[in-house]
Amino acid sequence: MNILAPDSRLWATAGRLAELGQGAGARIPGFGAAALDGAVVGRLPVAALHEIHAAADDAASGAAFALLLAVHALDDGRPILWVRERKSTRALGHIHAPGLAELGVAPARLIHVEADDAVATLRVAADAARCAGLGAVVIEPWGDPPALDLTATRRLMLATQASGVMGVLLRIEARASPSAAQSRWQVRAAPSLALEAEAPGLPAFDVCLLRQRGGIAGIEARLEWNRDEAQFRAQGAGAPLSGAVFPLAADRTAAHPSTA
Amino acid sequence: MRIAACCPAAAALGLAPDMMLADARARVPDLIGVAHAPYADHEWLEALADGCGRYTPAVALDPPDGLVLDIAGCTHPFGGERALGVEIEARLARRGILVRWACGETPDAARALSRFQTAAAPDEDAAIRRLPVAALELDDEATTALGRAGLKTVGDLAARPLAMIAARFGGAAVTRIRRILGEEESPLIPRVIAPPMRAERRFAEPVARTDFALEVLGELAGEAMNALAQAGEGGRRFEARFFRSDGQVLRLAIETGQPSRDVKVILRLFRERIDSLADPIDPGFGFDLIRLDVAVAEPLGASQLKLEGGAVAEVEVAVLIDRLSTRLGRGRVRRFVPRDTHIPEQAELLLPAAEAAKPAAWPEPEAGEPPLRPIHLFDPPQPIDHVVSDTPDGPPLRFRWRRTLHEVARMEGPERIAPEWWRRREGANAKGGLTRDYYRIEDVRGRRFWIFRHGLYDEVEQPGWYVHGLFA
Repeated sequence: MNILAPDSRLWATAGRLAELGQGAGARIPGFGAAALDGAVVGRLPVAALHEIHAAADDAASGAAFALLLAVHALDDGRPILWVRERKSTRALGHIHAPGLAELGVAPARLIHVEADDAVATLRVAADAARCAGLGAVVIEPWGDPPALDLTATRRLMLATQASGVMGVLLRIEARASPSAAQSRWQVRAAPSLALEAEAPGLPAFDVCLLRQRGGIAGIEARLEWNRDEAQFRAQGAGAPLSGAVFPLAADRTAAHPSTA
Repeated sequence: MRIAACCPAAAALGLAPDMMLADARARVPDLIGVAHAPYADHEWLEALADGCGRYTPAVALDPPDGLVLDIAGCTHPFGGERALGVEIEARLARRGILVRWACGETPDAARALSRFQTAAAPDEDAAIRRLPVAALELDDEATTALGRAGLKTVGDLAARPLAMIAARFGGAAVTRIRRILGEEESPLIPRVIAPPMRAERRFAEPVARTDFALEVLGELAGEAMNALAQAGEGGRRFEARFFRSDGQVLRLAIETGQPSRDVKVILRLFRERIDSLADPIDPGFGFDLIRLDVAVAEPLGASQLKLEGGAVAEVEVAVLIDRLSTRLGRGRVRRFVPRDTHIPEQAELLLPAAEAAKPAAWPEPEAGEPPLRPIHLFDPPQPIDHVVSDTPDGPPLRFRWRRTLHEVARMEGPERIAPEWWRRREGANAKGGLTRDYYRIEDVRGRRFWIFRHGLYDEVEQPGWYVHGLFA
């Protein structure tokens, strides 16, 4: 019997062990882009801290992707708490509730917290990450605060794993620093597919999975968000691909987890 | 500018209220003048009234500089009315405040005696009758008329038939006389309404350690919760007062979104409130009275405490919102509420999350359409320049924002948003308020903007262009 055959018991056990090693619980569903889904499906736990980087020019895209990632990952309508530092609101603009509704996110789900500085923002984030009644907490500090170091991200990671809340750390115009987050993404605005008469189409993002704990990284994809189906998909794809692509190469990496 | 009040030294030099400041300066060149701040004075008076809470719960303000206390049944800890008065005088004198006080059967009598009594009298009734007619506080004309008629004291006036006085000076004067004499009821409207639940501790030796004071607060919270449990209620607003031995009162107030009987939750909120104080708690020479009031209570049945599933999650979120609101302020933890207007920057309200949310419906977007409203909105809209378009009232082809030139690749518009004429006073004939033409613009790089031209070409000479928001 070939022990590496997909239907062997060893294979199934290895899959289950890999899942246990990554932590039990729900996973973020696929995005509908083949290369990205191969690396991500079944691997990214919802109850963890995910980091999203965006340049100041792409701040709106970064913020939207952060929120939509949370909405995409949570299957029920649990509330989402968004804590922003005051400098972010001044520099980037207010969150506009009709805009949230246009993206398919119910504005009534959002709890908007404004904190004075980075330390206060992280304190609020720590408290919110421990509140099991929330679905997700989006943390938006400004720039590169010294308080946001490895210890702070590790505390957030532990809190989210214990409570089941999804943590999304949105960093606009920030340098990449050591972080205990489960995954790190880079988001840029991408040209959309035009509708008739050259009108801008569905929101499109160029996302790059920069780092993933215990998984491969460096995958890029161009995604667009379909509000009516509340799903991501590859730009231009008619129907979203099912997430049941069996990632052979990725499993071998999980057996030997790389130090991320 | 007139003088509102002057100190005894100034009065001795011949200055009086209502004198012109210039005249006063002419008489006393080195006069020190301080701006009259009526609101600050009122707050000071309220602080004094708070401090008098240690004597009686029924304290009324008698602006601008008086307090009326209802001490019925409150004098025994102090050994009688006189002793209470002397103690108040001594305590306020330690803070540099001069007090004139008097006791009376009715609030009006006490007021009049404290303000106008000049001569000693054998008993209260006689004292009232010896008060000058100015104690009735009628207008100047009436007082002068009374003086000219030979009626100098309240006793003289009371001896006359009241019908005549009513005919000459009006019914109000008669009411005042009767109230001062105690023939008519004049209720005292206390400033502080007695709260439903109160727990307090008095200390013979003032407590100077803050941590012990907080332990006592914990015990008081336990007592208050037991009282609430017996009444089947939960508290929504809790006020802790720490009375210092030198007269100052420290007040801490917290509130919760849902009625609560949980001692740990309340104490945690108090700790958050203490952490957010600008200065740490200063006991001074010590606290001699610590009091916890449940200012607002609501029914909380035992069935509401039985939770499963979704209800647990809601309660946890409510507790988190309370904690964050106490720490950061109610206005920092907010939820979105829709407003029925098509002006974009007014289409939403952010209201404190601690208040119960009324279910409100957000407008549903049309299926199959891309997002028509941006996720980030600038307040105020950011001006852009160097706008190039092929026709004067057409969409921009190129524009410059934040020193970067953007080349337009895709565009949809215009969406015309006109000012709401029905909200203006002149209605349909209102002038002013410019029409905005909004365009959804995508540049070559893929960034999507919401840009508007402020004013039509027949409304304004040079309409300005602005970026109002950014799309995903």
